[in-house]
Amino acid sequence: MNNVFAALPEVDADASRRLHARLVAAAEDAGLLDVAYRTVDSPVGPLLLAGTGEGVVRVAFECEGHDDVLATLSERVSPRILNAPARLDAVARQLDEYFAGRRSSFDVALDFRLAAGFRRSVLEQLRHISYGKTASYAEVAAKTGHPKAVRAVGTACALNPLPLVVPCHRVVRSDGAAGNYRGGAEAKLTLLALEARRS
Amino acid sequence: MSLPPFEQVVEEHGPRVLRVCRAMLGYHEAEDAWSETFLAALRAYPQLDPNANIEAWLVTIAKRKAIDHYRSAARTPSPAAELPDGVDTLPEGYDELWTAMRSLPAQQREAVAYHHLAGLPYTEIAEILGNSAAAARRASSDGMKKLRAIYQGASR
Repeated sequence: MNNVFAALPEVDADASRRLHARLVAAAEDAGLLDVAYRTVDSPVGPLLLAGTGEGVVRVAFECEGHDDVLATLSERVSPRILNAPARLDAVARQLDEYFAGRRSSFDVALDFRLAAGFRRSVLEQLRHISYGKTASYAEVAAKTGHPKAVRAVGTACALNPLPLVVPCHRVVRSDGAAGNYRGGAEAKLTLLALEARRS
Repeated sequence: MSLPPFEQVVEEHGPRVLRVCRAMLGYHEAEDAWSETFLAALRAYPQLDPNANIEAWLVTIAKRKAIDHYRSAARTPSPAAELPDGVDTLPEGYDELWTAMRSLPAQQREAVAYHHLAGLPYTEIAEILGNSAAAARRASSDGMKKLRAIYQGASR
């Protein structure tokens, strides 16, 4: 018998699950769960949802690389990050309803800390473009009081940390083309088609 | 270089730290010690040096939590500074291996757990035990010899 530990399982899956749930509960109680996250399936691919104590802080598409997004959250918000679905239950349910065509706006607390300054004020404007409607990048720029900042509006949309919930997909090019999207041009078309059908 | 999300730490190191806790405390109390270890680690995590050996850091916390458990189990007013030798005051374990582990002197039990279960190098173990790498290696090897003897004795 060379190694008396050979028979020992490397991982006790039941215990790991039990202990993870216990850690999440204790962390939440102690106020140490700075960022909770979960993933959900959707017609535009798996989505990563992350929330702080203040609200939803990030919605990410699969093409962004969920591991990369979590690494960025660790750096920019806090490394106290756990896979803890409960905090995201409300937004997950509302996204389901949205994709099923039964919801036209989101009613959850949002944490805008990943978008500062002008980008933040662009996101505030986007919330006024209602379901099924679109606005051009130039129109949004005008609404922010900086009509020449069309390109900056494009950047703010491209870097929107809360896509879907803050509807940057409703901002399109002045020539009518949908334009780029954080989740890919195809996802944007899917969302616009969904909203056109139901509104 | 920045710290990975704590979820990744739990995923990568949780199972091995659990094995170490079981080796030190037996099957049942190990889960309490594991939970206390990871909650304390989560609290201190943002201040951790990104270049630190995370496994050694977790094992150091786990050892402290295990000592806390011995203290409260013994209900003695004078705090124990080290894990006790021998088996009498240790909590009941179920698994045969953990029972065998508990019969080892503390230094050997710790050295075996930290090296063979946590996978730490002897230089890191020496820091946790407060001795030299050579002494840590010797304690681990003596402990493994005893474990094998107990096992062979039991299977005859």
